[in-house]
Amino acid sequence: MAGNVWIVAEQWKGAVSDATYELLALGRGLADSLGVRLEAVLLGHGARGLAESLGPADAVLYVDHPTLADATGLQASRAVAALAATRQPRAILVPSTNVSWDLLGLLPARLGVPLINFCREVQVVDGALQVRSLLYGGKMTVTVAAGAGPVVLAILPGTVTAAARGVAPAAVDDVSVDLPDDPGVRLIEYEEPEAGDVDITQQDVLVAVGRGISSESNLEVAEDLATALGGAVCGSRPVIDQGWLPLGRQVGKSGVTVKPRLYVAAGISGAPEHLEGMKDAELIIAVNTDAGAPIFSVAHYGIVDDATDVLEAMAAAVRKRKG
Amino acid sequence: MRILVLMKMVPDIVEELEVAGDGTSLDREYLRFIVNERDDYALEQALLLKDRLQATVTVVAPAAPEVDDILNTALAKGVDRVIRVSGIPATSGARATASALAATLPGIPGALPADLVLSGCQAIDDLDGFTAPILATALGLPYLGLVSRITVDPGAGKAIVGKEYPAGVTGRFEVVLPAFLGVQGCEKPPRYVPVAKVRAAMASGRIEEVAAVSGPSVPPLDVTAMGKPQETGHAEMLGGSVRDVAERVADILAARGLL
Repeated sequence: MAGNVWIVAEQWKGAVSDATYELLALGRGLADSLGVRLEAVLLGHGARGLAESLGPADAVLYVDHPTLADATGLQASRAVAALAATRQPRAILVPSTNVSWDLLGLLPARLGVPLINFCREVQVVDGALQVRSLLYGGKMTVTVAAGAGPVVLAILPGTVTAAARGVAPAAVDDVSVDLPDDPGVRLIEYEEPEAGDVDITQQDVLVAVGRGISSESNLEVAEDLATALGGAVCGSRPVIDQGWLPLGRQVGKSGVTVKPRLYVAAGISGAPEHLEGMKDAELIIAVNTDAGAPIFSVAHYGIVDDATDVLEAMAAAVRKRKG
Repeated sequence: MRILVLMKMVPDIVEELEVAGDGTSLDREYLRFIVNERDDYALEQALLLKDRLQATVTVVAPAAPEVDDILNTALAKGVDRVIRVSGIPATSGARATASALAATLPGIPGALPADLVLSGCQAIDDLDGFTAPILATALGLPYLGLVSRITVDPGAGKAIVGKEYPAGVTGRFEVVLPAFLGVQGCEKPPRYVPVAKVRAAMASGRIEEVAAVSGPSVPPLDVTAMGKPQETGHAEMLGGSVRDVAERVADILAARGLL
């Protein structure tokens, strides 16, 4: 039936991802408000069993093909576009994650429809979809009327409470699409990050540094505070890109998600890609020279000042208390 | 081997952003523009391949404020050609920009076909799509995004490409050339180039100008409002001298058993 709401189920390391259950919860609400069905598209090879946990959907459309076993975005976009061309969904929800990144870039291009990116909120207003998105590194929000569709929505992770896992859907429909056997892009292997460095996901205290620490030499100040607190130093993307910290220390979309007891964010503006990796820390203290930095929206305490100066003073104050 | 790099300018978000009078777009009057950070990494990837494989590198960028600085910097870093495409408004959006570039690039002598087309895989103003995958689709090229490592075997007509996944995992892919890669990072940060070299490039007047060819019309998204985020939560701000603030933080940490 045309006009349904779709979500594309995402797999990572053989399991349905957390982001998928967030999409199912969001999609369920939208479908109910619009009075249409919620359908989940699952791609894979020998992965039909995963459909049994996508319960909030009214139906799962399962496409099995050898080239979808480790589907590239290129091949996944061909499969979803082929299905959408005949079934005409109103909206296709895709997680805005590294795993689904190429799919959400290629799918709208293949369908000739717009993507609405960085979606933080989607609701039905007067029978139409209305989207609120974050732009410019989270410094602006825009409201977009999605029209009658079809449209692809890139949903930021962590913006919706996930649906329950393990509930079976009413139906699983096996559907086939024609796909090329040689898609032009082929996965050789996944490489795990080098072991041996600190596992920042296991730390109670993290001192995170961003572009605002200005130079590599200022890392020493962050290390000093981390040592005083018995924690470790980590960073946002720009610091990793500069090679100041190894990839294993990156927090956010391409890095890891952390939930320490204390997260000190120094010189980090708080782009959505970073926030999704640390916003659930128990206590967040942010230091930034920009009072309008998005990091202050998730921090519990904020300080508008030079990050290096504040870290230095904090290390001294902590040491004084500890004697 | 021939490499085409696409770059674009974006608003510098270190500056204060203001909403224009229409209530739906950025006030551009006092806006500063900088190169899209991911495009800078795409350029660095191209320069690394040029160093290794004696590749020819051409950079194309839509005309925009300060874009000449970027093109001259690219020349100073060693690219072979730089081309400014006029007639694509900076406010076009990713879909319309990709549509215009798809119509324009094939008409630029020597730009296409290229063995590799590289561009940043995202930008902070990509509301209606990502330019790179849309353009790759329009050009009929295989696409892989979030790329941070590229090695090319020209004899085999293939590239081995590293793509970023969560938790520091890298996917190693084989990509058949010609292909379009959306770049996220690089083995090394973008290289530094002395100002004197940029000035010399500027003096050389080597920026070529090409007028955009209209592509299929793409309707813009219906943006009904723009504003600063109204957050449900906000930090309790600690003011005073750095020393006072540090003492208060220590109090907070002690109260929570973190000291």
